[in-house]
Amino acid sequence: MTDTDQNLPLFELIEGFVVELRSAGLPVSLVENIDAIEAAKEIPLADRDAFKYALAATLVKNQSHWKTFETLFEVYFSIRGAEYLLDPDADNPFGELDLDMDEMEGQGEQPPGQGGQGGSSMTPEEMAEMLFQAMLHSDQTLMRAIAKQAVKRFAGMEPGRPVGGTYYLYRTLRNLDLDGVIDRLMEQAAQQLGKERLEGLDERLARDEFNDRVEAMKKEIEAEIRRRLVADRGAEAMAKTLRKPLPEDVDFMHASREEMAKIKQAIYPLTRKLAVRLARKRKHKRKGALDFRRTVRASLSYGGVPAEPRFRNPHPAKPEIMVIADISGSVAAFARFTLHLVYAISGQFSKVRSFVFIDGLDEVTHFFDKTDDINQAVHRVNTEADVVWVDGHSDYGHAFEVFWDKFGSQITPKTTVLILGDARNNYHASQSWIVKEVEKKARKVFWLNPEPKAYWNTGDSIVGEYAQFTNGLFEVRTLRQLEKFVDNLA
Amino acid sequence: MSERFASVDAVRVGLRAVDYLADDSIAGVTFLADRLEKPVMIEGPAGTGKTQLAKSVAEMLGARLIRLQCYEGLDEAKALYEWNYKKQLLRIQAEDEGASWDDVQNDIFSDEFLLERPLLEAIRAEDPVVLLIDEVDRVEMETEALLLEILSDYQVSIPELGTLTANQIPLVFLTSNNTRELSEALKRRCLFLHLDYPTMEREKEIVLTKVPDINDHLADQVARIVRSIRTMELKKHPSVSETLDWARTLLILGKNSISEEDANQTLNILLKYQSDIEKVSKDFSTNSAAHFAT
Repeated sequence: MTDTDQNLPLFELIEGFVVELRSAGLPVSLVENIDAIEAAKEIPLADRDAFKYALAATLVKNQSHWKTFETLFEVYFSIRGAEYLLDPDADNPFGELDLDMDEMEGQGEQPPGQGGQGGSSMTPEEMAEMLFQAMLHSDQTLMRAIAKQAVKRFAGMEPGRPVGGTYYLYRTLRNLDLDGVIDRLMEQAAQQLGKERLEGLDERLARDEFNDRVEAMKKEIEAEIRRRLVADRGAEAMAKTLRKPLPEDVDFMHASREEMAKIKQAIYPLTRKLAVRLARKRKHKRKGALDFRRTVRASLSYGGVPAEPRFRNPHPAKPEIMVIADISGSVAAFARFTLHLVYAISGQFSKVRSFVFIDGLDEVTHFFDKTDDINQAVHRVNTEADVVWVDGHSDYGHAFEVFWDKFGSQITPKTTVLILGDARNNYHASQSWIVKEVEKKARKVFWLNPEPKAYWNTGDSIVGEYAQFTNGLFEVRTLRQLEKFVDNLA
Repeated sequence: MSERFASVDAVRVGLRAVDYLADDSIAGVTFLADRLEKPVMIEGPAGTGKTQLAKSVAEMLGARLIRLQCYEGLDEAKALYEWNYKKQLLRIQAEDEGASWDDVQNDIFSDEFLLERPLLEAIRAEDPVVLLIDEVDRVEMETEALLLEILSDYQVSIPELGTLTANQIPLVFLTSNNTRELSEALKRRCLFLHLDYPTMEREKEIVLTKVPDINDHLADQVARIVRSIRTMELKKHPSVSETLDWARTLLILGKNSISEEDANQTLNILLKYQSDIEKVSKDFSTNSAAHFAT
């Protein structure tokens, strides 16, 4: 433990890694940093997977950050540790590759008998066969070897070329024809059972299995590309190019499918928090019935005289929520998220009513109530809700009028109203007096705007006019901002 | 520094001996928990063996498991300690006229009148114990604070008695189903372990271990089908315990291999929502046709 000489490199190594994690946005506290160093002392770098898990246990306290951590770990430690050095051509990983590339250009086939090592002299057919065998037996070592070969041959990596890893991955995969391999594997599996084609459950299970192996193969290839890129550019530079926003920082408007899935997962804890915040306000105001046990307990301080009566905390009243969401084209991407938020909220609160509008407005509470399947609910909202009045362009003024006429009387002093939209009104009448009236009747009115703040009140956005009557206007483009909004509620 | 385990592998082997199949991360984190003297926060979907891990570790160490089940409204008096006020009252009433107030006071706030609750019990234990704080995400944010002192310093402060420090540092496991975000303060004090559904290979092994009479082929099929089901978008995915139930059922029905019909008839053991069952059986039966069409 006291051998500082030995610990110094380790200390610096972890320290550097933590800096990378922090610049990727992961919150790593000093304590956690120290823990990581302690952990690294116990589990040496030599056992790489164990080392990774040890660091993760101390540094990553949120599962949604795992992916970011893993990528950074692979980059940062990719060329550290003996067995992970780039094999023979470590000094110049691209030396031989250039040669191979020249041969590859413009040719479907590679003439055999070039390159020094075994793998390079294979014909593409041999290689395809090897790949097939590796996949058939799910042979990890062989897969890794093939990944190395494939990247060397097909990716066309050149030193210093400013292209991302995805491009190389694409080039490699295009040449490997993994779909073809799956088809062959399926045939093989069918033959084993003596059938012409697999059917039903068998087919399904076999396909899942092979897809799984293909994914594993892709991972090997990705890892190989990453190793080469890191060798070329250095870990720090690579970490920078690979930096992606954490799930909580992803902009709803531009989220990819995969990112959206992560956002959805993260919404549920958040709505629960929202529920707690909204309920908490009243908790301290009025006391409940006498708590006999605690009263007697307190009386001991006065020699058994119950001088200080204790009361039970009343159950916090269930808050009522009305969500009014714009689902027009200008916020389409946001609307998708909005509907998920509404769904999540309605799971948390007993009294949630949801409304959607474009230029007309319709209540959609029952779509969310009846079904367990969010996708089905969203589909029904999009197809069945009566939200178009004239032309299907946002008209906040008219939508609010409809809301006020039909539902205005149902707003009570317990109701919290959440309005979600960009307030791009297409120059229609604003009818902002309705928001004012709603605010008078309701407990609170909040406006969440998915547009960047800089665009507010430009063009046909009249969010300022509405916002003056609300209890707060918030920019909500990311989960982090949503969380901040929830935090501010208390 | 405590050294309950010699190495990561020792943890794995030890857990294996009590029928718990630990993967790299589980064994690694358990090992670290001991070496760094830190609690482990286990998070993940329901039914992936979070609670079982704590139980198995206790079994492996031959330690007593002290369990604190969390729920909304859990308070100090139920988690940490409470004064036995009835006994204190009796003590006061039984007092002779002559005794001075100081004596009485010192007496009624002594060990004899202290009711130990799980957390205090864990740190005062003389024998080896494993503390399990189950479903910590169920308590309110504010109640979490109760745990902080014991988790970081392994001590409990009682105003009338002073600070009680641990006789020995117990292994502590906290589990969370992640229904809400836990506070930073709590997370910072813990090692983090995410327990996801096991890989197909590991699940097969689990089935083979826990359902002794099952044959290899059936276990393999069970694991594969469950993996396929977990890739679908469902209300609730089958947990490991449900996989085991299913395997046992198939065994009792005398199946050696699963046909599509068997699968559809017994899906209700694997899945708990009618809508999920319908979705899966539909998916299984139309699958081949769909592929054929494309």
